Amino acid sequence: MLDLKGYGPSLLDGAVITIELAFLSLALSLALGLIGASSKLSGNRLAKGIATGYTTVVRGIPDLVMMLLFYYGGQVAVNNLSDYLWEAYEIDFFFQFDPFISGVVTIGLIFGAYMTETFRGAFLAVETGQVEAAKAYGFTRWHTFRRIIFPQMLRHALPGIGNNWQVLLKTTALVSIIGLTDMVRVAEEAAKAERMPFHFFIPVAAVYLALTAGSELFIKWLDKRANVGVVHGG
Amino acid sequence: MPDFIAQWLNQNDIFTAMTIMEYWDGLVTTVHLVFLSLVIGLVCAIPLAILRTVKNPFVSGPVWLYTYLFRGTPLLIQLYIIYYGIAQIPGIQETFWWEIFREPFYPALLAFALNTCAYTTEIIRGAIVSTPNGEIEAAKAYGMNWWLRTRRIVLPSAARRAVQAYSNEVIFMLHSSAIASVVTIVDLTGAARNIYSRFYAPFDAFIFVACCYLVLTFILVFAFRKLESHLLRHQRPIQN
Repeated sequence: MLDLKGYGPSLLDGAVITIELAFLSLALSLALGLIGASSKLSGNRLAKGIATGYTTVVRGIPDLVMMLLFYYGGQVAVNNLSDYLWEAYEIDFFFQFDPFISGVVTIGLIFGAYMTETFRGAFLAVETGQVEAAKAYGFTRWHTFRRIIFPQMLRHALPGIGNNWQVLLKTTALVSIIGLTDMVRVAEEAAKAERMPFHFFIPVAAVYLALTAGSELFIKWLDKRANVGVVHGG
Repeated sequence: MPDFIAQWLNQNDIFTAMTIMEYWDGLVTTVHLVFLSLVIGLVCAIPLAILRTVKNPFVSGPVWLYTYLFRGTPLLIQLYIIYYGIAQIPGIQETFWWEIFREPFYPALLAFALNTCAYTTEIIRGAIVSTPNGEIEAAKAYGMNWWLRTRRIVLPSAARRAVQAYSNEVIFMLHSSAIASVVTIVDLTGAARNIYSRFYAPFDAFIFVACCYLVLTFILVFAFRKLESHLLRHQRPIQN
């Protein structure tokens, strides 16, 4: 039996933190992706410019650099803001930037950019005839989005969302570098203390493998459900 | 505005010749590491991708397992296993390998090469599998044997289909290489971390390095666009 030298419970806690981190960042990235895609497809030039700048910059810099910038820079920015607010308005405001929040914000922002591209492609894949038909029925813009575009878009977006999720899951390991005690961090400390790297890292790798394999199956199932009404040619 | 820039340049004690040199050395290390791992990864990926398409499960199975394991786990963990694990292999400290793997550069290179090789194998496999059947039939009709067919028809045609996905993999590799700084390698990110901790100036240190990566990414994107249009030049419309 696998003997984890008493590190078992903290590894388990770390795994829970990893999963929480992954789901919260996924939620943030999906929201950002929807906003980004709608601004990219909107007629507004300012919104389009901001969204294009966002996706270009975020996809051009490494995740770790962004995480370090947010974690170390975020605290400095909050400190400066808190000083300013106290001096100017005597408002006592302070906020501690912890690694978990920095991780969620950074991973959410990064994958928001990838989701923007996924959703943009998916929105464009919905036939214009569908939107025109909705207009002819007198649907409002919100109704058209919610009842016609969104459900059809989701089918096209699912494979992209699935891929992004797999990459996101593996990116969560980076948050251990800025000090979050996720399972990678616990394994690293245990491996150093016990001088047994294989003993601690291989179980953690297996947990990641199980998570990615499990999500692969789940995404396949979702994809099958979403495509239930589609007749494939050939 | 120029006044503001001149003032800022006069006042700054972060971007001196010393720190610029540190960034430059970091850039050299990053480029070195990424380039070598990409070359090793690509060279190993081509035969592996061919093996992966072989019908015999005893041949394609191990390759599948390798790509599945390396694509299913984070690169950071692979790096930790190799970096911390190599020193624990019994007897390695007496052999000449220890001279090589004692420096953090080579374990990191090994981890990155293995990782990118796994992704590249899958990219090339995808391109090989989607070769139009007619091309293979035509090659057979010309009496080409398997090897000649693979070398002259399948691989060049697959390269055209793989280049788009491979360019993404190259950019991903550049970005993943930032984690080399975790195992004490002073690459671009490592230089930024050192400078951050010396001056406690996160914005200057990290935004500058982010811009460096952005420029590197743009160079790669541009180069791959050129390569792609070169590979697909036969599909370009005839210009009068």
